Amino acid sequence: MLEIKNLHARIVDDGTEIIRGLNLTVKAGEVAAIMGPNGSGKSTLSYILAGREDYEVTEGDILYNGQSILEMDPAERATSGIFLAFQYPMEIPGVATMEFLKVAMNEQRKARGEEPLKIPEFLKRVKDAAASLSMDMNMLKRPLNVGFSGGEKKRAEILQMKLLEPKLCVLDETDSGLDIDALKIVSDGVNALRAPDRAFLVITHYQRLLEHIVPDTVHVLYKGQVIKSGDKSLALDLEANGYAGVIGEAA
Amino acid sequence: MNMHTQPQRTPAETALIDAFGDRLSLLPGDGAVMLKRDDAIEAVKYGLPTRRVESWHYTDLRRLLNSVPDFDAAAMAKALAPIIGGSAVLPVLNGKSEAKMPSLEGVAFQRLSEKLTDGSIAPGLDPYGSDDAIGALNTAFVADGYFVDIADGVELEKPIELQNVQAGGQAHVRLAARVGAGAKAVFVERQAGEGTALVSSVSQLVLGEGAEVTWLIVQEQPDTATHLAQFKAHIGKNAKLTLFVMNAGGKLVRQEVLVRTTGEGADFKLRGINLLAGDTHTDVTMVLDHAVPHTTSTEIIRNVVTGKARGVFQGRINVHQYAQKTNAKMACNTLLLSDDGEFSTKPELEIFADDVVCGHGATVTEIDHNHLFYLMARGVDEKSARGLLVKAFVAEVIEELDDEAIVEALEARLDEWFVTHG
Repeated sequence: MLEIKNLHARIVDDGTEIIRGLNLTVKAGEVAAIMGPNGSGKSTLSYILAGREDYEVTEGDILYNGQSILEMDPAERATSGIFLAFQYPMEIPGVATMEFLKVAMNEQRKARGEEPLKIPEFLKRVKDAAASLSMDMNMLKRPLNVGFSGGEKKRAEILQMKLLEPKLCVLDETDSGLDIDALKIVSDGVNALRAPDRAFLVITHYQRLLEHIVPDTVHVLYKGQVIKSGDKSLALDLEANGYAGVIGEAA
Repeated sequence: MNMHTQPQRTPAETALIDAFGDRLSLLPGDGAVMLKRDDAIEAVKYGLPTRRVESWHYTDLRRLLNSVPDFDAAAMAKALAPIIGGSAVLPVLNGKSEAKMPSLEGVAFQRLSEKLTDGSIAPGLDPYGSDDAIGALNTAFVADGYFVDIADGVELEKPIELQNVQAGGQAHVRLAARVGAGAKAVFVERQAGEGTALVSSVSQLVLGEGAEVTWLIVQEQPDTATHLAQFKAHIGKNAKLTLFVMNAGGKLVRQEVLVRTTGEGADFKLRGINLLAGDTHTDVTMVLDHAVPHTTSTEIIRNVVTGKARGVFQGRINVHQYAQKTNAKMACNTLLLSDDGEFSTKPELEIFADDVVCGHGATVTEIDHNHLFYLMARGVDEKSARGLLVKAFVAEVIEELDDEAIVEALEARLDEWFVTHG
């Protein structure tokens, strides 16, 4: 589903190279965990997949279902089924959450050649999704993410993911800022979406999230490259021994 | 004899002076009113204000008003459906008020022409200071409008919508209201039309003790109209006035807001949205006098500038010497969406009391590209995402009004503007 080949990317503003020859393949139905120390390029990778303009790909390619996505803008990538759950979801005053959800869902439907949702159907879907994440509908009457706690923002991201039904879900440190209960609710939300035709890229610092969202593969990112790949036991090994050993092996 | 030397009159000045001579016999008014008209036209003869007059520095009226249309007796303006359903509608069509008045318990309506004829409105025709070009123009030519008198303690459930609709030519209108002690009301002031027009409109409002009024000015003139407007209010003891100004049209627009707190505990809120497009000039100028102790005010102006539009906000807060414990805050935020657009902000605080809290701030920004990325990352295309963010920037001020019918009505006007200018 996702094939990243020898990817090099830098920050547009100052030219700093962050991703330096990254290779990664994720198959449909797979949950791939990306781990790595601070500054290894994990969040940058998520932004590049979503198409953020602050980064520039200088070499290599990203293939999604066999097609390069490098020329697509963030909206085109989203409508093609790529979803990024942000580490720090933006607060946008003045944009009503419900209005935003409706616009986003209908834009995606339009891109797929489907009719816009009727209001009752839209409301039903939002209510069901919110209930499954133990979210109060009153929260959704507020402007987008405004005044939400860190945990509420993460739930709101998963709510959007549920409603938009993407095919490639990129979760950028979804566990940060969550207490144990919220972590469980969010993880259950993600697990419920696991499907043979859907892949996940779960970016995290900690093994703890991977106890709830059990990965098929684990990849260690360091200095903009995948330096080691393995199965879920690799995450346990990292938890026990830290990154030093793996980094040493690669060096 | 020493004569004041003045530059040659502009075509607009000449046209106004000639029109006054032609119209004089048609204008209603008793002796006192006619004297005030004579005084007022003298101010026009002296010359329209230029940028050398401080309060007109950013709106050089003499240069910008290069011509004025003739009065057009054949112009046929039509009343509009009110923005809030169920409102009592009082239309002024091409400068003439309807003879038929709505009936509302506790509210007296009167055509302004009657109050000019009997002279009872005369004191209200005095100019505001020496540079009051809009007041002078209006006093010289005003022919009609309405006077609304709400009795003490009357709480209106539905708004009163005062409409000033033009279909070309000139219209000079005055809308006056007195809201009695403890009374509550919502007024909508609609300024609209179609055609090449010169409109002057002066609204004057007096709030009695404990009265609460929301006054919404919705200005949607075509880009062929010059719209010169003034809103004057006195806010009595413990009375609350929320003034909302939405400028969404006009070629040359100046909206003056002249407010005075006259009783302790008075509160004033000014909320403004300027939606500026095309090759237009829009000026909102406020002078607020905190004239007694313990009064409060907040002013928030949001501007969206596109095309070659130019905008101005001048906000002057005068805190009089004995007006201790005044609390006033003013903010002007501009979203500049075009390299050819401009916005000038001039806050002025003149404080003679020593125990007050006064602040002001101004920002000019572009669309936040982090917000844009977030919306696009959910599949919203760039144009729609920008539209959502621009609308959000101004909608925030509307939502704060906290009255569902008002918020819905204003957002509908906002959507209308985005449909034609987005």
